[in-house]
Amino acid sequence: MSTEFAIAFVMGVGSIGPALAIGMLVARGLDAIGRNPEAAGKIQTNMILGAAFAEAIAIYALVVALILKFV
Amino acid sequence: MSASGLHISISAERLFTIGGMGFTNSMLSSLIVSALLIVFAVWVKLSLRKTNKPTGVQNFAEFIVESLESLVSSVTNSPKRTADFFPFVASFFLIILCNNWFGLLPGVGSISVHPATEEASLSSIQQMVNSGIVVHASTAEEPATTINGAPLRVIEKTDTQGELGTVPENSVPVTEEAASHAAEGSLAEETAEKAETAPLFRGGTADLNATIALGIMSIFLVQFFGFKYLGVAYLGKFFNFSSPINFFVGFLELVSEMSRIISFAFRLFGNVFAGEVLLTVITFLAKIVVPMPFYGLEVFVGFIQALVFAMLSVVFFNMATLGHGEEH
Repeated sequence: MSTEFAIAFVMGVGSIGPALAIGMLVARGLDAIGRNPEAAGKIQTNMILGAAFAEAIAIYALVVALILKFV
Repeated sequence: MSASGLHISISAERLFTIGGMGFTNSMLSSLIVSALLIVFAVWVKLSLRKTNKPTGVQNFAEFIVESLESLVSSVTNSPKRTADFFPFVASFFLIILCNNWFGLLPGVGSISVHPATEEASLSSIQQMVNSGIVVHASTAEEPATTINGAPLRVIEKTDTQGELGTVPENSVPVTEEAASHAAEGSLAEETAEKAETAPLFRGGTADLNATIALGIMSIFLVQFFGFKYLGVAYLGKFFNFSSPINFFVGFLELVSEMSRIISFAFRLFGNVFAGEVLLTVITFLAKIVVPMPFYGLEVFVGFIQALVFAMLSVVFFNMATLGHGEEH
């Protein structure tokens, strides 16, 4: 019971930060593309790279949750 | 693993043992991927021709090499550094990409084999031993508790009575328990033959050992290039005694170097393993059509993670080769 709560808690709290980060990243990326549509390709690549980094934080939480669940 | 029929294991499973070292399914698939890459490289080498219009496999290989080279040179801005970094970065990228995608092939994770049975019989023996220990412990504990619980005067009575009374009474459940344990053990051994199956293949990067090895290699190469370009002055980044603040900053650099290994390893492992779990769960819920977009997502994630690993490696290499003065 307490382990299950810990798993849910880890995932719930751990995804707040990356969710905000990815939202801000994409918002700013779209801003930049709107201002400078010629650079859309470059901006998109870097945006996806940044999103991958932000997502990695959620993945850390997921790894912890999976370890709690399966080990 | 669980009763629902999902087979999810966070670590790679051992297929057989070579000289005391376990050979896991992840190692098997990364060996296959390495063999395929080597075969591809040899094939490309044999079919190289001097021409202005490359065709077929040469065209494809040149496309890969050129795009990776332009990726590296866009970070380094220097032909010499590009020539130095490119082989390592390209190897990282290709190996991680092929391992990620190999884990998505049909058959990976669904073909099961019985791993070496010695482990199963060993575990059942262990169970028997454990139940034996339980029996010993319960018989040994019994008089101790009666001694502790009973007042002094009654000890002899209760002790003998306890010996006489409880031994048959106690031994029945204990032996029953032991028998059930033994039966469970033999049952477990029988079911182990059926249930203890491990997937024959598992994505090479879905094993934490592999990703930690890749992370250590990358960070080791960072130090190597640092020393190669800056010489002993590279150490000044970590051990700076000019002021207490600089000393502390150097200490932080040392710690961050270590944390990079962990972040490299867990980023890759987490993404690939999470994808594997996602696909397993979705396939378990709905067998056809529904998992297809998730496979597409995982192909994309596999590519992005390989790109992120290669990109970060080249950025770290580049940062290590730049001294304090020439950053602009």
